[in-house]
Amino acid sequence: MSDQPPVILSVRDVSVRYGAIRAINNVSFDVRQGQILTLIGANGAGKTTTLRAISGMVRASGQVRFKDQPITGVRPDLLVRRGLCHCPEGRGIFANMTVQENLDLGAFTRTDADEVEKDKARVFELFPRIKERLKQNAGTLSGGEQQMLAIGRALLARPVLLLMDEPSLGLAPQLVQTIFRIIREINQAGVSILLVEQNAHMALRVAHHAVVLETGSVRMSGPAADLAASDEVRKAYLGHG
Amino acid sequence: MATFFDTLIATIALGSLYALVALGYTLVYGVLKFINFAHSDIFVLGAWTSFTSAVAVTTLLDTQGVPPWWVGALVLMLAVLVCATTGYLIERLAYRPLRKAPRLNVLITAIGVSLLLQNVGQLPGYPVVRDNVPPAAATADASAPAAQGQTLATLPFGPTPRSMPQLLPNAVLNDSAVASGTITAGSGRGQVRLDQPIEILPDRQYALVVTRTVDGEPRTTTFRLVGIEGGRIEAGTDIGTQPRRDPIDFENATYRLVLSPVVALRLIDVLIVVSSIALMIVLQYVVFHTRLGSAMRALSFNTETAALMGINVNRVISITFVMGTALAAAAAFLYTQKYTSLSQPASAVWVLLGLKAFVAAVVGGIGNVRGAVLGGFLIAGLELFGSTYSEVLITAAGGSSGIGTALRDIYVFGLLILVLLVRPAGILGTVTREKV
Amino acid sequence: MKNLAQNIADVPRSVAFRPATILVPWLACLAVALGVHHYLPMIVDEYWVNVFRRMGVFVMAAVSLNVVNGFAGQFSMGHAGFMAIGAYVAAGFSYYGSLYFRGEANVDDFMIQGTLLMLVGIVAGAFAAAGAGYLVGLPSLRLRGDYLAIVTLGFGEIIRVTLELTGKQVYDAKAFQDAPLSTLATLPFNGSTGFERVLPYANLFWVWLFVGVVCVVAYRIKNSSAGRAFLSIREDEIAARSMGIDLTKYKVRAFVLAAFLGGVAGAIYAHTGVNPSPTDAGFQRSFDIIIFVVLGGLGSLSGTAIAATLLTGLSEVLRGPESIVNSPAGVWSLAGIALALAVGSALLKAVGNRGWRVLAVASVAPVLLVCFAYLAQWLATAWGVKLSDYRMILYALLLILVMLLRPNGLLGVREVWELFGPEKPARRPGAVGPGKEPAP
Repeated sequence: MSDQPPVILSVRDVSVRYGAIRAINNVSFDVRQGQILTLIGANGAGKTTTLRAISGMVRASGQVRFKDQPITGVRPDLLVRRGLCHCPEGRGIFANMTVQENLDLGAFTRTDADEVEKDKARVFELFPRIKERLKQNAGTLSGGEQQMLAIGRALLARPVLLLMDEPSLGLAPQLVQTIFRIIREINQAGVSILLVEQNAHMALRVAHHAVVLETGSVRMSGPAADLAASDEVRKAYLGHG
Repeated sequence: MATFFDTLIATIALGSLYALVALGYTLVYGVLKFINFAHSDIFVLGAWTSFTSAVAVTTLLDTQGVPPWWVGALVLMLAVLVCATTGYLIERLAYRPLRKAPRLNVLITAIGVSLLLQNVGQLPGYPVVRDNVPPAAATADASAPAAQGQTLATLPFGPTPRSMPQLLPNAVLNDSAVASGTITAGSGRGQVRLDQPIEILPDRQYALVVTRTVDGEPRTTTFRLVGIEGGRIEAGTDIGTQPRRDPIDFENATYRLVLSPVVALRLIDVLIVVSSIALMIVLQYVVFHTRLGSAMRALSFNTETAALMGINVNRVISITFVMGTALAAAAAFLYTQKYTSLSQPASAVWVLLGLKAFVAAVVGGIGNVRGAVLGGFLIAGLELFGSTYSEVLITAAGGSSGIGTALRDIYVFGLLILVLLVRPAGILGTVTREKV
Repeated sequence: MKNLAQNIADVPRSVAFRPATILVPWLACLAVALGVHHYLPMIVDEYWVNVFRRMGVFVMAAVSLNVVNGFAGQFSMGHAGFMAIGAYVAAGFSYYGSLYFRGEANVDDFMIQGTLLMLVGIVAGAFAAAGAGYLVGLPSLRLRGDYLAIVTLGFGEIIRVTLELTGKQVYDAKAFQDAPLSTLATLPFNGSTGFERVLPYANLFWVWLFVGVVCVVAYRIKNSSAGRAFLSIREDEIAARSMGIDLTKYKVRAFVLAAFLGGVAGAIYAHTGVNPSPTDAGFQRSFDIIIFVVLGGLGSLSGTAIAATLLTGLSEVLRGPESIVNSPAGVWSLAGIALALAVGSALLKAVGNRGWRVLAVASVAPVLLVCFAYLAQWLATAWGVKLSDYRMILYALLLILVMLLRPNGLLGVREVWELFGPEKPARRPGAVGPGKEPAP
C-alpha cells in the first residue's frame, strides 16, 4: 500500500440530517491524488448529499480534509478558490446567459487572463461543439451539450479535485461513452475526481476506487476492479445474475 | 398644446425618477426573488436625509459664496451614504437570516422593515447642531429652530412637512431676454419703474430678473410682471410685479426683462433626465459587461450553482442592495429638487410614490433593467396624461374640479392589475427569465 | 407547525346533526355579549367602554383577514378596503334609512328601528364586501405571493380613491324623501370628508355579539372541508391540486369569505361613533390588521384575537397611561386577572396539564400592561417623551422579530385551547415553548 499516491480528500464520519431524517450516516472514504473515486448506489442512497456535504452546501457533522486542511463548514465559493470544484447534478448551467458567459463564470475566481485563455483553448479541444455555440444562449443547448458545457466550465476553475454529480444523467448511450472518455482524459491530465454515478457499470470501468453507499451508509469500498468483480455488486448494481 | 408639452416634460422628469427607484426594486428582486417593500421607505429616507443634511451643511459649514450646487453635491453624497448604509444593514440583519425561508415570511419582514423606517422617520428631530449663525438654507424653513439663531438647533427629521432648499439650478432654459437696463424706482412691494420703454406681447408671461450688489456680491431676484396688458409701456410708468415678502430697495439695480416661454423647460428637468439616463447606462453596463454583473445574473438564475462558481453569494447580494439603495437616494435627492415640499415620512404620499415605482418595475417586467426604465416612463405618462386630460374633460363636461387628478392612482393600479392578468411577467419579462 | 396530514387527521369527521354542538357556540356568543354589555360598564369608565368597542372591531377584522391570509396563505393587503365597503354600505342603510323613515338621522326615539336598519345594513355590507372579494379573488388565480399582495393593495387603494370621489352627503330629509333613489345614485357618502352623523347603534352588546359570530363562523370554516382545502393550498399549491382540490374555487372562496366577514367588521365599525372615511380603506389600516394576524399566528383564530386585543389595549395604555395609573380599580383588576391566571397555571401544573405554560405566560401580560402604563407615565412626566410615538416602531420590531424567530406567528395554526391537555411524554418536543405567548 505504500506506493499509493497521497490522500487529497479525506472524509471521516460525515453525517447529514434533514430535520429528523438522517440522509447520510458516518460516511468515510479517501480520494487519492490523481485518481478517480466513484460513489455508487441506488436512488436516495445519499450520494448527492455526500457531495453537497463536502462542498459546503449542506451543514454536516464529521470531518472533511482537503489537501490536509479541514474544510468542514467552509463556504463553497472559498473551496473553489482552493481548487475543489463541484459540477452539480442536473448540469446547473445558467440558461439565462450565453455559453461564453457561462464559461467565463467558470473562471470567475481566476485573475490570470492569459492562462484562462489557454485553458479555454483546451476545453474547446475536448468539446469542439461548445466552441461553435459560444454566442448562443446556454438554455438552447441540447442535454449533452449542456453537460459538456458544465464540465468545461468546471475545468476553467483549474480544479485540483473535481466533484461530478451524475454526469451521464439523461444522456443518450453514445454520449455517455463520450462523457466517460472525457472524464478519463481529464483525470489523465492530473485532476483527481470524485464521481457520483448511477451508471455503476461505466463508473467502475473508469474509476480506480469505488465506494458503495446504501441508505446513507458505506456498504463496501475498495479498488474498482475488485468491486466490479464482487458478486454482491454485480447482482445489485450491474444487473448481472 | 401647451398643456400637452407641459405634461410631456413633467412625464419625462417624473418617469426617470420612477425608473431609478424601479431599478432598485428590480435589482433586489433579481438577486433575492422578493419585493423589497422597504425600498420606497429608503427613497423617503433619501429625501429627508437630503433635507436634513442640506440644513446641517448650511448651518455647520460656512457656505457663503460657495455655489449652491457644491452644497447639492455634498448633500447628495450624504444621502447616498446614509441610504446605502441603511440598505446594507437591512439586508444583513433582516433579510439574510431569512434566505431559505418561505417568500411570504420575507414579504412580511419587508413590511415590518418598511413600517420601522416610516415610524423612525416620524420621530421628532434630534438636537445636535450647535451654531448661532442664521443659515441661509434654513431660512427656507421658517419652522426650524436653527433659523431663529438659537445655539442649540434641531436636525429636522420629523413629523412636520418641510420645504427643501433649492440647491440645483432651477432656471428656465428656453426664455428670452427682450430688454435690459436700470430700475429707476421700486422696492419689491409690487411696483417698479424702468429706465426705458418696453414692448409687451398680449397673453404672455414676463419676468423681471433684477440684479443688485450686496456686500460686494451680486444678488439676483426674479419677479413676475402682473397686471400688464399687451402694448408699449413708457419709461417711468409704474409696472405691477409680484410683491415680495420682505421688500428691499431696488433703485439703481440692473434688470433684464425676460419673455417666459409658453412651455417652460427648466434646468432641473434636464438635470434629472440626464443624470437618470447616465445612471441607467452605468447600471446597464455593470449588469451586462462586468464580472460583478455576471455574478449578479448567475445568482439570479441559481444561487447554489453561482456559489459553486466561486461567487461569494452574500457579498454580491449586499452589493446589489447597496446599489439599489444608492439609486433610490439619488432619485430622492433629484426629487426634492424638483418637488421641494416634503411630506412627513409616514405620509401616504410617499408610500404611494414608492408603490408607483414598484408598479413601474412590475409592469415593465420585474428583474429586467430595461423593463424598469420602460415601466417608469409608462407609469409617469399614464398618471400625468391621464389625470391632466381627464381633469380637462371632466371640468369641461361640468364636473367638479379635482376628480380627474384624484383618478391618477386608479389609473396606475388599474394598469397594474391589467398587466398582471394579461402578462404576469410584465411587458418585457420573458418566459426564459432574462433577469438581473 | 403541525404538518398537513396531522391537521386533517385531527379534524372530527362526524357530520351527524347534533343540536348541542351547533347551538352551544351561538348561545355562548350571546351570553358573552350580554355579559360584556352588562358588566363591563360597571368596571370601566365611558372611555374604556369605547376602547372595548374598537377592540371588538379589530378582533373581527383580524379574524376575518386570517381566513384568507392565514388559512389559505393568499396574502391580502387590501383588507381595509373590504371593511370600508362594509362600513359605507351599512352606514348608508342606517343613515339614509332613518332619514327616509323617521325624517331625521339624529334622534333618540328611533333606537330600535335604527338598530334594525343597522342589522340589515350589516348583512348588505357584508354581501357587498363579499362581491368585492370575489373580484379581488379572481386575479389570485394567476398571481402568487408578492404579486398578489401588491394587487390587493392596489385594489384597496382603488376603493379608497373611489370613496374620496363620492358625492356630497344629503342632510335634508325632505329632499331625500322626495327622490331617494336618484339621490342614492350619486353615492352621497361625502367624499374625502367622510360619512358623517352615523349613529352609534353598535353598543357593546352588538359589537361583542358579532365578534362571537365572526369567530365562530371563522372557526367553522377552519374545520370544514373548505378549511382543510385552504390549508393544503397554503402549504403547497401543486400538491393540493394533485390531491384534487380545485384551486380556482377555493382561492376565490377564501377571498369571498374573508371579505364577507371583513364587511361585517366594517359595518360594525361604522356604527361605533366614528365617521367612516376614505382613509379607513387605506393600506395603513390594512397593515395594522396584518400585524395582528402575523403576530397572533397565521391560521390561528384565537391567536389573532388575542393579539388584536392585547395590542389595542397596549396602544391605549401607551396613549393615555394616566387612565390606568390613576385608576386603582383598573390596576387592581388587571392584577387580579394576572393572579387568577397564575393560580390557574399552578393548578394545571399540579394536575399535569401542559396548558400551565400558556397560563403562566398569559399571567404576565396584564402585569406588563400595568408596567408599560407606569413607564409611559414616568417618561411623559419626567422626560416629556410620549411612548405612544414609539408604538409603531415597537410593532414593526415585533413583526420582524417574530418572522425571524417564529415564522408562523406566535401560535402558528394552533388554537390556544389546543395547547391544553395532558402532558405529553417527555421525549417528544413539547407543542408549546414557554415565553412564546403574545406578550406586549
